Amino acid sequence: MSYIDPHIHMVSRTTDDYQRMAQAGCIAITEPAFWAGFDRSSAQGFFDYFRQLTEYEPRRAAQFGIQHFTWLCINPKEADDPGFAREVISLIPDFLKCGNVLGIGEIGLNKNTKNELIILEEHIALAEQTNQLVLVHTPHLEDKLKGTRKIMDAVAASSIDPGRVLIDHVEEHTVAEVLDRGFWAGMTLYPDTKCTPQRAADIIEMYGTERLWMNSAGDWGISDPLAVPKARLEMKRRGHSPDTVNKVSLENPKQFLSQSPNFRIEGA
Amino acid sequence: MSNTAFTCPQTRTQVINAYFLEHRAKLLDIAAYLDRLDRAKPESDEPDFRDVAFTRCLAVLTDGQPQRARRILELLSDHSTEMPQSADGMKGASGAPQNIVEGGAL
Repeated sequence: MSYIDPHIHMVSRTTDDYQRMAQAGCIAITEPAFWAGFDRSSAQGFFDYFRQLTEYEPRRAAQFGIQHFTWLCINPKEADDPGFAREVISLIPDFLKCGNVLGIGEIGLNKNTKNELIILEEHIALAEQTNQLVLVHTPHLEDKLKGTRKIMDAVAASSIDPGRVLIDHVEEHTVAEVLDRGFWAGMTLYPDTKCTPQRAADIIEMYGTERLWMNSAGDWGISDPLAVPKARLEMKRRGHSPDTVNKVSLENPKQFLSQSPNFRIEGA
Repeated sequence: MSNTAFTCPQTRTQVINAYFLEHRAKLLDIAAYLDRLDRAKPESDEPDFRDVAFTRCLAVLTDGQPQRARRILELLSDHSTEMPQSADGMKGASGAPQNIVEGGAL
């Protein structure tokens, strides 16, 4: 059975991971721009990263029959210097012309600072002006609840339809508010700091399958690029129907992402 | 959603059959972690905010009320509304709000 991992950082993963994901049924991934684990020293570093996301990774994924899509931004962890962040944002419009770019992301907040919020608002304005989808990173651990609310307020202050915004890394304390406000919600299956496959299945049982997806957010940390098929197995083990499993791991990602003209599943 | 009763597709016995051993092991991990803390030499008389938070969360587990995961995550959240100007010098997230010691987390 096929699935989409709609949030994974393949620049940090080996080619073996592409192979294993393809063997597990992955047909497409979307890769948001993120923090490399260290702060880049120049906007040129981001220029090279955006080329990697739009030129090199699609070719590497294609070797295994996986379609590669991407999102561009300066991530909130490096957005605390507004001058530097604006230099990076100025690079993005040219890259939006690339065929695998789905929108702006993963933007959001990290430590819930005023500087981060300024840059979040400027990213939202760029998405508004260029009619792009938005993928949102919500802060970690104790900062998540406060940051998620502030991010939703910032989007609500724009003219962007919440149905074109995916708020990622939701957990039990944020999912209801995200869905109630009309946004899409992403559950990240990440050891220690986010959801387990079991908790993701619990959330689906409690909050339903509408406007909800799951992803691995696999990156350079301890993470699992096969987390989505493991969550599918967990749902199957509990007795969920194949239609329900497919909805959250294939059909919902397709539905949200198809709002971008650049998203097309080959052979579909 | 206020009422989540019977949203799990499995019966209680099926849930126990499927998950008891896994969570028995996790329970023992928590017990051993607390024992390890007891055996460790304190560096200060002040309680560590993470330890305070952890103890409060343990009480949620046995209070008999629903939605424990949501309530524990809320207990472990920063409920302040002010925003610092910059993240300069701030550490990454620690997993519990620092002001929980003063009872300010909720």
